[in-house]
Amino acid sequence: MFYRENGQFKSSYGSDQQMLPILQDRAFMFGLLAFAFLVVPFVVRDYVFLSLLIPFLILAVAALGLNLLVGYCGQISLGHAAFMAVGAYAAYNLVLRVPQLNFLVVLVLAGLIAAAVGVLFGIPSLRIKGLYLGVATLAAQFFMDWVFARVKWFTNYAHSGSVQTAPLELFGWTVDSPVEKYLFLLCVLIVFTIVANNLVRGHIGRAWMATRDMDVAAEVIGIRPVYAKLTAFAISSFYVGVAGALWGFVHLGSWEPLAFNLTLSLNLLFMVIIGGLGSLLGSYFGAAFIVVLPIVLNQVPAWLGVPISTAMASHLEFMIFGALIVFFLIVEPHGLARLWAIGKEKMRLWPFPH
Amino acid sequence: MKNMIGKEGPFLALCAVLLIGLVLPLATGASAPGFYVEVLLGGLMAGVLYSLVALGFALIFKASGVFNFAQGAMVLFAALAVARVAERIPLWAAIVVGIGIMIALAWLIERLVLRPLVNQEPIALFMATLGLTFFLDGFGQTVWGSDIYKIELGIAKEPVMVLQSIFQGGILVNKEDFMAALVAAALVASLALFFQKTSTGRALRAVADDHQAAQSIGIPLNRMWVIVWSVAGIVALVAGVIWGSKLGVQFSLSLVALKALPVVILGGFTSVPGAIVGGLIIGVGEKMAEVFLGPPLVKAFDLAGGGIENWFAFMLALMFLLVRPQGLFGEKHIDRV
Repeated sequence: MFYRENGQFKSSYGSDQQMLPILQDRAFMFGLLAFAFLVVPFVVRDYVFLSLLIPFLILAVAALGLNLLVGYCGQISLGHAAFMAVGAYAAYNLVLRVPQLNFLVVLVLAGLIAAAVGVLFGIPSLRIKGLYLGVATLAAQFFMDWVFARVKWFTNYAHSGSVQTAPLELFGWTVDSPVEKYLFLLCVLIVFTIVANNLVRGHIGRAWMATRDMDVAAEVIGIRPVYAKLTAFAISSFYVGVAGALWGFVHLGSWEPLAFNLTLSLNLLFMVIIGGLGSLLGSYFGAAFIVVLPIVLNQVPAWLGVPISTAMASHLEFMIFGALIVFFLIVEPHGLARLWAIGKEKMRLWPFPH
Repeated sequence: MKNMIGKEGPFLALCAVLLIGLVLPLATGASAPGFYVEVLLGGLMAGVLYSLVALGFALIFKASGVFNFAQGAMVLFAALAVARVAERIPLWAAIVVGIGIMIALAWLIERLVLRPLVNQEPIALFMATLGLTFFLDGFGQTVWGSDIYKIELGIAKEPVMVLQSIFQGGILVNKEDFMAALVAAALVASLALFFQKTSTGRALRAVADDHQAAQSIGIPLNRMWVIVWSVAGIVALVAGVIWGSKLGVQFSLSLVALKALPVVILGGFTSVPGAIVGGLIIGVGEKMAEVFLGPPLVKAFDLAGGGIENWFAFMLALMFLLVRPQGLFGEKHIDRV
């Protein structure tokens, strides 16, 4: 009744191409942003920032990146945590060795380095596809794990192999309290979302989607597979590399090579599957889901008065993850984002059933 | 002929490099012949175990086109089941119970996961097996516990010295490893018989060739899937028991089993002999790289330790993919629009 586009005419190219064509969507987005910037910083406790919102914002960037590759270009990757590691270590070494650089420049450079590595490991995607590629990206995962654990230069010859970072400084602003970190990450996420949204509806996104749907047919109609696949790898790795740098600098502060292991790669993939393949919104849902679920699973038994051990909780978490993935693939292959879309459609038709 | 060499040039070059790498330590005298043979045998033994896991992959992929990421989790699950049940009853009975559990599991997987996903894209099925991996890892450890358990096969673990007359100092050989190799060989032989000689085996091969055609001549697809997943489960059980008796049954089994992925890539996804040969190549290559390539590499780049074997198999598979995407024995894939 309230959510419908009747009477909203597009009378210029500009209005035809805007990102949120419906007035109600714009109002909703505006309200959401106002809430995130003006209300959340004042009402939320530090614990929630540190354990929920900050990981969510960073993982959402990573999930966006992976979704561009898997959901839009159809190239599966089981090794994206490796590119996060590349971003994190690149940022660490840049800050360490070129201290006068602004952190934003460091972020972009870290992303570019991760993109270069991503393209390198994406080259096999030109000859192999689907599941074979998954194994090739596993090679990236295990190789990078090894490189960062063994090559001392990357960790600045630290004895334990773990690295520490100083708090961020941006133009004289020290980002160290949870609220400041939250605001900084929120801005980063918004920028990355806008870029991703415009990429996927531009020619490059169309090339990706054609490659995903049927790569031979795409090639026949004149899309260069080399270009489509490698740009997808590059941009996806860029996103993930930046997310890795943020994960290291803003969320962890100090980390070991194991922080970016296969489990993280698979978790990223699950975010994308559960959230919705080929949906930017889905990346958010998936990231939120993966961040919230372990915390809920830890809390629920206490509420119910049935305390379970941490080992048990982690096994249950595994089981529930696994079962949910199978469940989603069977019941709703398009993930949480699809549920959202169904909800929106219902809103549009309400109070009528059709 | 000339044309063929031109086409397969990169592949042949890679093979040549691998062969040279294989004989280099011996030829340059970097290692004593006895030690070299020991490393080689150790690699072959590890390779047999990789082959066993890879066999499960290849079987399922052949018969249902599903890339079963959960094979490693099945190995862990089966090994845990046998180890825990064997605490109460004799080992042979525990293995029988384990086989029963794996068949039940196969039936459940077919019912709950595969059947609802029939006609979906391969990638969706693959992701479903990813979910299955997580579920089985969690479920296995919830039901059976998450400590390190032992499986006693009743074979002496002490290494024996053999061939002292040929090599100086003799070669250390583990009796258990030999048994493992024998069991694997027996398993492969019986699988080959099963596939070639029984009507079920023939039906499975028909399903592998073409689902629709097989169905149209009256082969029940669902039952075939249960059978092939059961067979893969039994193979996983054998691999899990042998491996578990060697390393102890623990969560890391499931990770070691990931090494079977490069093995199937190397051998070709649909090929049973490919899984065996690939396993041996990866096993030997990995051990050789760790022992002979590791130390010089550590020295040259001042690394904080070796551990090349963590990635060597995957990088080898990656190179193979680049020069020969279908693997050693796989069928060449032709795309049509």
